[in-house]
Amino acid sequence: MRHLTPKAITLLALVALILVAPLFFPSSFYYRVGTLMFINGLAVTGLVILIGYAGQISLGHAGFCGIGAYACALAPVHLGLPPVLAMLLGAVISGALAYLVGRPILRLKGHYLAVATLGFGILIFMVLSNESWLTGGPDGMQVEDLGLRALLKSVGISVPAAELWYWLSALVLLLGAALALNLHTSSTGRALRSLHDSEIAARTVGVDVAHFKLMAFVISAVYASVSGSLLAMMNKFVSPDIAGFLHSVQLVTMTVLGGAGSVFGAITGASILTALPQGLTIFHDYEHIVLGLIMMLVMIFLREGLVPSLIKRFSRRQG
Amino acid sequence: MTFLTRLKSTAAAVAIIGLAAQPALADIKIGASLSQTGPASFLGDPEAKTLKMLVDEINAKGGIKGEKVELVMYDDAGDANNARTFATRLVEDDEVVAIIGGTTTGTTMAMVPVAEEAEVPFISLAGAVVIIDPVKKWVFKTPHTDKMACAKIFEDLKARGLTRIGLISGTGGFEMSMREQCLKLAPEYGMEIVADESYGPKDADMTPQLTKIAGVAGLQAVVNPGFGQGPAIVTRNFRQLNIQVPLYQSHGVASKSFIELAGEAAEGVRLPAAALLVADKLPDSDPQKAVVVGYRDAYEKATGSPVSTFGGHAYDAFMILVQAIERAGSAEPVAIRDEIEKTKGYVGTGGIVNMSPEDHMGLDLSAFRMLEIRNGDWTIVE
Amino acid sequence: MSDLLQFVFSGLTVGAVYALVALGFTIIYNASDVVNFSQGEFVMLGGMSTVFLSAAGVPLPAAAILAVVITAAVGVALNKFAIEPARNASVVTIIIITIGASIFLRGVAQIVFDKQLHRFESFSGDAPIEILGATILPQSIWVIFGASVIFAALYVFFTRTLTGKAVLATANNRLAARLVGINTNFIMTLSFALSAAIGAVAGVLVTPITLTSYDIGIALALKGFAAAMLGGMGNPFGALVGGLLLGLIEALTAGYISSTYKDAAAFIVILAVLFIMPSGLFGRAAVNRV
Repeated sequence: MRHLTPKAITLLALVALILVAPLFFPSSFYYRVGTLMFINGLAVTGLVILIGYAGQISLGHAGFCGIGAYACALAPVHLGLPPVLAMLLGAVISGALAYLVGRPILRLKGHYLAVATLGFGILIFMVLSNESWLTGGPDGMQVEDLGLRALLKSVGISVPAAELWYWLSALVLLLGAALALNLHTSSTGRALRSLHDSEIAARTVGVDVAHFKLMAFVISAVYASVSGSLLAMMNKFVSPDIAGFLHSVQLVTMTVLGGAGSVFGAITGASILTALPQGLTIFHDYEHIVLGLIMMLVMIFLREGLVPSLIKRFSRRQG
Repeated sequence: MTFLTRLKSTAAAVAIIGLAAQPALADIKIGASLSQTGPASFLGDPEAKTLKMLVDEINAKGGIKGEKVELVMYDDAGDANNARTFATRLVEDDEVVAIIGGTTTGTTMAMVPVAEEAEVPFISLAGAVVIIDPVKKWVFKTPHTDKMACAKIFEDLKARGLTRIGLISGTGGFEMSMREQCLKLAPEYGMEIVADESYGPKDADMTPQLTKIAGVAGLQAVVNPGFGQGPAIVTRNFRQLNIQVPLYQSHGVASKSFIELAGEAAEGVRLPAAALLVADKLPDSDPQKAVVVGYRDAYEKATGSPVSTFGGHAYDAFMILVQAIERAGSAEPVAIRDEIEKTKGYVGTGGIVNMSPEDHMGLDLSAFRMLEIRNGDWTIVE
Repeated sequence: MSDLLQFVFSGLTVGAVYALVALGFTIIYNASDVVNFSQGEFVMLGGMSTVFLSAAGVPLPAAAILAVVITAAVGVALNKFAIEPARNASVVTIIIITIGASIFLRGVAQIVFDKQLHRFESFSGDAPIEILGATILPQSIWVIFGASVIFAALYVFFTRTLTGKAVLATANNRLAARLVGINTNFIMTLSFALSAAIGAVAGVLVTPITLTSYDIGIALALKGFAAAMLGGMGNPFGALVGGLLLGLIEALTAGYISSTYKDAAAFIVILAVLFIMPSGLFGRAAVNRV
């Protein structure tokens, strides 16, 4: 293990977990939960770049998920695009929008940035929810099938939909994680992290602060958009909830709970918070109480997030 | 490879323990995903309570043909993606023979593909007409459609000679869908929509919208598609502004708590609703009388809260399902589906249900009664 | 003209509630730099406790006072068990803690109370008062009056009393405050109690108008937070102006432009203001800690 970089370790661990997990799946329902973990994990990986590397906050990122999701719902119907191109189109729109609003918004600090991104997310949600002639309104709309299963079938491979999505989303997540980890070690990553520690210090050593913040914002928007597209295509259905405030908060919570500074941590956070509600159903009416308590306890006692805090504790004990 | 084999045997062990923990296989497992919390909890809460009550009741009587009924119920909080996940879980993991649920149209539509793909009968409790039109093989629903509610209101308006209508609707799925149906139906009944305003689900004051509507020359009536707190506030604001035209609410407020919340302002408000609300006032000759009085008394005794038509939708869904299982004499999803589709003359809280391969709801306009609130109680408009 | 006045009445009623929630945000923020996203739950607790106490036979005024006391106690407990142990954690961490607290409180409310809508009688009846062709409910006047009294009382408290000045000193510089002998722990406890109590009072005042249920907190917290940021975080006067302004923008947009996009209008104005004045209308310039 000595000659393996942290990046390689993270990726290998992810690959191992993805490959081994299905051995424990008692039913194909678990493939769906796994897929949801990966899709959330992708959006959250984007937030690691924004929150963990660049130290900025966003309470509106679900808005970009919404753009990605509705691109996949609308572009095939209105523009005749195949779903894969629709996903790319969504990512381009999200990135461009993030670039446009990012400049003025990212001048704000702390809670002011939080409220501005919150407002931005709510605006996207309102458009998706109110323009029912286009989006089907709050009740949502159907999304065209990706067609991948049919394609595989035509060459003689038959895969259940749940499994196909598990492997497909895992692949996209690995790709996203690898890119994020590359960014971490690149000079851009170093610039971003210097920004996180101290914006003023970063500026004095010649980092173009505004440029790098904007870059982190755009990249994280594209991650969120792709995750929204995947969710829409898997569900073959989309509703404005995906762009809602609660989803934005969920994404930030996943990031911070798992550990905003680490890709592996944040994906762990996404996995835990995706699986948790399924586990909590045994508490029936007490679901919310337990969920709230867990969130508070983790953040109070492991404030850097689950994974980084645990690693720190473990290594301290070791020596 | 030893590592892998060990893993596999562990997995098998886990699976066996999991199986052992499951109750006896003879039980009939029925699944439900309802919005017990979230923006539609006003609807989902009485639905969930009704199902729990009915399952206890039926098991106390020895179950369906001697087999106990097990209810697996999840709270999707009104979120479409959650509903989809729970539907998958019900089908794949819990292996239920039928699903009741989808409190809202959004959650229902997210669950539909799961039921269709897994070939499991699915009875929705949501309003919109898109759920059953076009007909989907495995999907049924019990509540009247929003289209029918509009038709009933427009019929009543036409009878009173009122045609210039102001709309004020919430921005939730139920309200927006009904608003759309009303806009579509209006020309058929010779109605002219002269104002079209909306409000958010948690808004506290609707006087600006109502002032605007009241300002339209020649306004003859106002219709408010909505559920939850919105309609109560609209009704109070309507009286505050002293607007002198009739106010119509939708079937979304069909619960006694609406009268309590709106107070005196509710006097004179009309709405289309199921017979359940006027159980006492039905003539003894009414075929629905026994059913609605029975359900109302049982629900109010079990929960201590006033009955609503939403719980009634769950009652109807459960009863239709149970009768279908009894008729089928088997708990096979295919057999259950076929029998649900053959439901004829089922007398429920929502009306008399006659399903067919072309009609997966089986209610007609006669199932709706036009009610008016007088002296703090519902009365049937003749 | 009477239309405009009607819109203004509506905006002031709703705005007064936003202002009270924003004030709650501000008080806690000043004492501890914490943005408390469970602020909306205090409004819910105030309203729901009053409903259930009065249903249990407690006379309404006593029920209302009891509800405020209970909510204040919840505020103190929140500080003691969730905020204090996490002292010095990062901004996002504390935001997540308060969001967790709000989910927790909502979960408790749906068990202790129920999931139905509730309301109690208006304090002075429901007969609308007509002014220049527009109408206002007596309860709206109670809300606006109640908010004014709270603001006046707080003004006196912060400027005339030693404890109030200690709170302001703590807000300005916690270390310095501690050095001159101010018990900053007590100040934090006090702030949470005060902020929760104000939220509860808002809940008691508006329930006859807006109705209440276990889940009204999120929407109120969002609007209150937005109002506080619009006015400038940390400034009680900013909270007042931000809240009223938000209410007025919504009412006027609904009346004159589009009711569908009235919430959007509010957020567009907030974004526009923040682009020009990054610390809100009356906020202190953000301090950069190096």
